[in-house]
Amino acid sequence: MGWSLFMQHLVNAISLGFVFGLVAVGYALVYGVVKLVNFAHGDVFMMAAYFMFYASVLFGFPWLAAVIFGVVMTALLGVGIEKVAYRPLRKYPRINSLVSSIGMSFLLQNFAVVVFGGIQRSFPVPEMMRKTIILGEVRIQAVSIYTIVFSILMVLLLTFILQKTKIGLAMRILSTDFDTARLMGINVDNTISFTFALGSALAAVSAVFYALRYPQIFPFMGQYPGSRAFIAAVVGGIGSIKGALIGGFLLGMLTVLLPAAFPEYSGYREALIFALLVIVLVFKPNGLFGQEAGEKA
Amino acid sequence: MLEITDLHVYYGGIHAIKGISMKVEEGRIISLIGANGAGKSTTLRTICGLKEATKGSIKYEDAELTKLDTSEIVKRGITMVPEGRRIFPNLTTYENLVAGAYLRKDKEEMRKDLEYIYGLFPVLKERETQRAGTLSGGEQQMLAIGRALMSKPKLLLFDEPSLGLAPVLVKEVFQMIRRIHNDGVTILLVEQNAYEALKLCDYGYVLETGSIVLQGTGKELLEDERVKKAYLGG
Ligand SMILES: Nc1ncnc2c1ncn2[C@@H]1O[C@H](COP(=O)(O)OP(=O)(O)O)[C@@H](O)[C@H]1O
Ligand SMILES: [Mg+2]
Repeated sequence: MGWSLFMQHLVNAISLGFVFGLVAVGYALVYGVVKLVNFAHGDVFMMAAYFMFYASVLFGFPWLAAVIFGVVMTALLGVGIEKVAYRPLRKYPRINSLVSSIGMSFLLQNFAVVVFGGIQRSFPVPEMMRKTIILGEVRIQAVSIYTIVFSILMVLLLTFILQKTKIGLAMRILSTDFDTARLMGINVDNTISFTFALGSALAAVSAVFYALRYPQIFPFMGQYPGSRAFIAAVVGGIGSIKGALIGGFLLGMLTVLLPAAFPEYSGYREALIFALLVIVLVFKPNGLFGQEAGEKA
Repeated sequence: MLEITDLHVYYGGIHAIKGISMKVEEGRIISLIGANGAGKSTTLRTICGLKEATKGSIKYEDAELTKLDTSEIVKRGITMVPEGRRIFPNLTTYENLVAGAYLRKDKEEMRKDLEYIYGLFPVLKERETQRAGTLSGGEQQMLAIGRALMSKPKLLLFDEPSLGLAPVLVKEVFQMIRRIHNDGVTILLVEQNAYEALKLCDYGYVLETGSIVLQGTGKELLEDERVKKAYLGG
């Protein structure tokens, strides 16, 4: 592989890595705070694409307005799902919420089939996202650059919220201890709602860039990035934001670079990726940035 | 200041608190002693609204605490140093202290209180940017006390602050409680270390399997034969 081709693949890999990473952060945020693997997260991602699609195609919103509308609606959807499907189960064993999240996943997929239809729709791609940037011999899709830039902005914003704001402090406190959080005067329900809103909004942002890459949207489109991101979150160390991002990154890299480097084996891509991930987990059972079981007091 | 009347608390079918009544007057140190499982923590957790009461009342100033959320109760000036310290291990020492002031908006006053707490516990200042999980047991107890003080409580509940500490640190913790009391905070102290608690308090209650079986001034209880036998090792 020549240098320029390698650069093209690399940019492509980084941008896909960010897409997986941002979705993985949604899993990590929710897991970190309520210790729940939210299996409906990938389907929330799918709903985001449809919100944007309908806002643009049906209601004629300008593209950017449709995206913002989609992000807001998705955040509200995340909050609603938590209220309806997880909050009533919070006092029961965690497995109940887990099953509920799997049910919610099926519910959203089937809702989408019935209401939006099973056929693929074309996600609107604005002109500026279709461009190819040519730097010497390197040809880069504009959408890859936008994905990388906006994802970095999202990560910075998330870091700011977690480290510098009161609600971020509340989220970090909730991840260790609900009762003591209450003693500080933290409103546990509101903080959990905010966590779902934030995780879902990040899923919506990544859904935009995913749909710009693969503009055919359909009710099951959330399964692939959702499961990838879930694996990324586990490899990174479930509950760790940094781990989720790096796990997503690793998966994006492998997904793009493995078949590029070994085209003759590209049919084995999935097998190779998962073999590598199993190896990571054998040596780091808590994931790359997971906490040792004994570390939490 | 605080008046508990005929309080009953259940965990499912377990009747943990069986109709206790007690009083905490402003400016006092009150202690509640009893063996493991007597219901001491449950009493404190119910005062803070972390556990719901089944029956009875907890009056504080003009409010009925059994009807309020924990955040409302904290806002009114009650907080607790919980059993086992419960500091936030992944946050820094400083962030733990800020967490204690979560409901406050008076930035200037908060800064003064932080200085006051650093004055009480200079080691917390030294450990300001360190993850709280890396602090020693004694330092974590100081942090838990400092964090509680950051909410500017009028009534401070302590749940076994001496638990698991070396004897020299136990002394220090009890001195600190006296100092905080002298600075104007009313104290309700739960302890298994009955001797130190009774020495420190103005008035004490003895809890046994969910009922108050004895009460009196600290001096009276220290001299009581039953207390001596059951709680003072002789
Ligand atoms: N979360 C709980 N679930 C069920 N029973 C509990 C729970 N917490 C405490 N208890 C029971 O309530 C009683 C009082 O406990 P507690 O208030 O912790 O006592 P103490 O603080 O005096 O050691 C004990 O019998 C204990 O087993
Ligand atoms: Mg106890």
